[in-house]
Amino acid sequence: MIIKPYLRLSGLEPLIVRPETNFVNVGERTNVTGSKKFARLIKENKFEEALGVARQQVEGGAQIVDVNMDDALLDGVQAMTTFLNYLQSEPDIAKVPVMIDSSKFEVIEAGLKCVQGKCIVNSISLKEGEEKFIHQAQICLSFGAAVIVMAFDENGQADTLEKRVNISERAYRILTEVVGFDPQDIIFDLNIFAIATGLEEHNNYAVDFIEATRIIKQKFPLVKISGGVSNLSFSFRGNDHVREAMHSVFLFYAIQAGMDMGIVNAGQLVVYDQIEPELKKLCEDVIFNRNNDNNEATDKLIAFAETVKATGKEEKKDDAWRQTSVEERLKHALVNGITEYIDEDTEEARQTYPRPLDVIEGPLMDGMNVVGDLFGAGKMFLPQVVKSARVMKKSVAWLTPFIEAEKQGNTSNAPRILMATVKGDVHDIGKNIVGVVLGCNGYDIIDMGVMVPADKILDAAEKEKADIIGLSGLITPSLDEMVHVAREMKRRGMKQPLLIGGATTSRTHTAVKIEPEYGNGVVHVLDASRSVTVAGSLLSNENKPAFLQGVAAEYQKLRDDFGKRQSFKQYISFADAQNNAVKVDWSEYKPVKPSFLGTKVFEEFDLAEIRKYIDWGPFFIAWEMGGRFPQLLEDAVIGKEATKLYNDANALLDKIVTEKWLTAKGVIGFYEATKTGADSVRVNHNGEPVKLEFLRQQVKKAADQPNLSLADFIAPEGTGIEDYIGAFAVTIHGIEPHLKKFADQYDDYNKIMLQALADRFAEGFAEVLHERVRKDYWGYAKDEHLTNEELIKEIYTGIRPAPGYPACPDHTEKYKLFDLLNATENTGIELTESLAMYPAASVCGWYFSNPKSQYFGVGKISQDQLNDYSQRKGWTAEEAEKWLRQNME
Amino acid sequence: MKTIQECLQERILIIDGAMGTMIQRHKLTEADYRGERFKDWHTDVKGNNDLLCLTQPDIITGIHEEYLEAGADIIETNTFSSTNIAQADYDMQSLAYELNVAAAACARKAVEKYVKKDGRPRFVAGAIGPLNKTLSLSPDVNNPGSRGLTFDEAADGYYEQIKGLADGGVDALLIETIFDTLNAKAAIYAAKKYFRETGKELPIMISGTITDASGRTLSGQTLEAFYISVKHAKPLSIGLNCALGAQEMRGHIEELSQIASCYTSAYPNAGLPNAMGEYDEQPHQTAHFIEEWAKEGFVNIVGGCCGTTPDHIKHIAEQVKKFVPRQLPVVEEVY
Repeated sequence: MIIKPYLRLSGLEPLIVRPETNFVNVGERTNVTGSKKFARLIKENKFEEALGVARQQVEGGAQIVDVNMDDALLDGVQAMTTFLNYLQSEPDIAKVPVMIDSSKFEVIEAGLKCVQGKCIVNSISLKEGEEKFIHQAQICLSFGAAVIVMAFDENGQADTLEKRVNISERAYRILTEVVGFDPQDIIFDLNIFAIATGLEEHNNYAVDFIEATRIIKQKFPLVKISGGVSNLSFSFRGNDHVREAMHSVFLFYAIQAGMDMGIVNAGQLVVYDQIEPELKKLCEDVIFNRNNDNNEATDKLIAFAETVKATGKEEKKDDAWRQTSVEERLKHALVNGITEYIDEDTEEARQTYPRPLDVIEGPLMDGMNVVGDLFGAGKMFLPQVVKSARVMKKSVAWLTPFIEAEKQGNTSNAPRILMATVKGDVHDIGKNIVGVVLGCNGYDIIDMGVMVPADKILDAAEKEKADIIGLSGLITPSLDEMVHVAREMKRRGMKQPLLIGGATTSRTHTAVKIEPEYGNGVVHVLDASRSVTVAGSLLSNENKPAFLQGVAAEYQKLRDDFGKRQSFKQYISFADAQNNAVKVDWSEYKPVKPSFLGTKVFEEFDLAEIRKYIDWGPFFIAWEMGGRFPQLLEDAVIGKEATKLYNDANALLDKIVTEKWLTAKGVIGFYEATKTGADSVRVNHNGEPVKLEFLRQQVKKAADQPNLSLADFIAPEGTGIEDYIGAFAVTIHGIEPHLKKFADQYDDYNKIMLQALADRFAEGFAEVLHERVRKDYWGYAKDEHLTNEELIKEIYTGIRPAPGYPACPDHTEKYKLFDLLNATENTGIELTESLAMYPAASVCGWYFSNPKSQYFGVGKISQDQLNDYSQRKGWTAEEAEKWLRQNME
Repeated sequence: MKTIQECLQERILIIDGAMGTMIQRHKLTEADYRGERFKDWHTDVKGNNDLLCLTQPDIITGIHEEYLEAGADIIETNTFSSTNIAQADYDMQSLAYELNVAAAACARKAVEKYVKKDGRPRFVAGAIGPLNKTLSLSPDVNNPGSRGLTFDEAADGYYEQIKGLADGGVDALLIETIFDTLNAKAAIYAAKKYFRETGKELPIMISGTITDASGRTLSGQTLEAFYISVKHAKPLSIGLNCALGAQEMRGHIEELSQIASCYTSAYPNAGLPNAMGEYDEQPHQTAHFIEEWAKEGFVNIVGGCCGTTPDHIKHIAEQVKKFVPRQLPVVEEVY
């Protein structure tokens, strides 16, 4: 094993600076000399608020935060100690390492005493001689800190190339040979000075810095080079457009020369490629001191800057919204999903309005209405709306204590919507999204979670006086449960309208099966955006009757069509269907024997590996962004937001993978299998026979087209051929604490993101395992070479159908699959009474290897097959109806 | 006699098991704790296990001997709470130095006896506990900026303890059960200061505690962040102890074995406590888990923490002796 000599820093989490790290952003705003706002907050002892500045840095991409309390009016030791103590209490900020920045060493020492992680000291130097330098370096070392050494000695600050190199060399020798520093813990600040000041002697400063960086990195490859970038453009202060361009151009070249980190405002760097060519050239000229005789380049840049100033007001608009009224600011924050100022703005509004509730019902609701309108008009997309919801929740959280203090009991006048995933079902991503969107639109959402029995839902609805009840479900048995809830509502004489949503639900099912059970309004809601208008209509006394009438008429028509449609399709008898099975010439085909029989467990499959197999299409569908991946990232309408979402997802994936948030557990198994009847397969489970039952298509097919049943893909008894079937179950564990963490932070966006990604991981896991089964564990397709796209298109040999899905729609066969695999013990997946799997991010299925095997849907079956199947399963008529309703005429 | 460094190159070393569990077996009374010297002490002292080094030294030496008999190569002094800060609970802060000297003497005595018997080298590790106050967390939920003690107070307390342990003759310092890295940094700071001032240097061993399934210390650091934060101690070993049983500790030990440039140690509890707060894991069970770590090459030093007994140590020693120790990684000096 090898350990590399990287600079390793830590907050609550490690930061390892590798050669490929490129550039480390050090957040500069928690600096009383650089940020007026931060200085004011510290002077007023508002440490809690000052933390917001640090948080903004970290959220904006700072990998280290620089903290500086050098102000004549402050007690530096006290301020540094208190602020760093506060900072340690905020895991979101304390996760990154701290750079303790002061020109007074006693302030640095005080800071070192507050931080558990490995810090950077900024800075020490030879300014006051070697003895003092050694003493200070020793103290830094006894706290384990890395140090920034300023290029400064007894004779002053290094302002030439030669001085920079000489001072650094001297400091390096002392630190490594006398004090005992590791070279990688030494960082040189080579002095970035202002250029283009009009003084000739300043013109070469940037060139010298870049060149000194190159030379020092050659001499001492392990040291790091840093600098305060904003000094460079000091003479253009007030003109951020030019300054940002100068910084980007400078960094572009300095990083190439070996600069590793810098103190910058991470949120305010333009992308090098996006700087207009003219400005870029002017910046390059002043930085490299080219075409600069008699300050020619400088004068040109100044002239350019004047034109930007005149026309470039636009550039300042970033902060302009902060100058508007508090109502406007709240609206802006909600629409743009900015949480940064929400506490202060909410507080200001609270003090302006007579009652805290007025803030919610006034400006916050107005803002959310704008969000709702934009969303409805397709000008905002779901991920943005969820971010808006986060702002809303934070604001409401700020107001809640004040509202409760008023002790007015039930203060909320917002209409209430109670939502639940029905009994036996564990899926709730869609429900969460609908909840967030409705919440954004001013409804009070009571979310009862998953696997909620009907009586609990209805008891709560009565107790909480819900105005609407929403049911969600993803697996087919949930449809029955919804019918049951509707019946119960009727029995109890309830009045609320009932909303139906979730992946297996449909308008037709709602119209045919649920709506007839309950007379006070049952509406199927296709997606989150639709839910807002539906809820709005249902809760408006004016619109409700007409709306429900419209729905009733529509559903009546659906029922009529449904009745008619049945007669158009033609079905053949079960016996004829069995005779029209897939023809496999068993004399020509010899099944491959798997590399083992029995099970193989995967305790902790590599998430990084699974990640390569993720199918992004369904991820975007979960966020209601349809389209082909990756083309949709370029889509003219949703491309920009889809790309953002994709980037956020990948950032979260990075975390999940590197920090091992989730554990992928799985089991696969292979068994001898024999087809014993037209639709029955006997599996040898350690000597005990297990009989699997399958269903067969009965719809009348075109000539030569078989009526498919999965049983057709297993060699029949009597052929003397040994055949096999495989099974798998995979799951993703460990999501709960992270969901809770996001929920506690009102961060629905990441919560939903994480759930969606866990689902993708489960599917990806199934995909990667299937590939390995084909190539290796079963090994019937050893030469297969497919790209991920080809995998998603399923152009491989063999299939992995799941019980409960179209090719084998009977969920109860899952019991046998779980027994064969000992899946609950081996993977921790539990089956609910509706045969949903928990954790929700789980996939299971059968493996068939026959080259003729293919995916298909059983579709509708007739009574003759139902009777036969019930007999094989030992079912009563009710049980048959319960489990196969979706396949019955 | 071989040094601890030399022994670590050759084999997996065994560190002893729980002290508290063994003291409990003696069912000592308040009067036993007080002994003659503190019979009129103004507070109750029962439960101040470290005090027994002064009042019942034979019992403590006897427990050390039981662990040595079971096969321990390293025994820990009975000084988990022997700082002026922790002893304040019994108003015994002024005894801190003396407690450490006495504890080191008890352990030294037991070790010398066994070395004399068979000539096999054995070592005394001066146990430095985590303090009963924490430097990174506020004791007051309404004031995140406040702290129960200062870094300087912690460092001074540790300095006095380290001086006592060194004067009493320990072979190494073991900063253990670390739940707040900043406390540990204060102990490291104190040790370095002591080394600098006396010119006498002892190996430092470091052992942190992961408190829950999140894989973080109580003060919120990930394992790797914790290691980076204490690496400047240039420790002889880094490891984990307490809080988790061996089963739950496995993944963390594996991770540590991959990132640590020094030796690694692990001495888990005997499983997780049951509803009555007792540890049920049997010696062969603990040993079975630890055997696997040895086989995988994760560890250099193993033993037990809360709930483990000489019997556990015996089983562990027997299971791991057939395996070679974890090899130190190569630390490169250029990219």
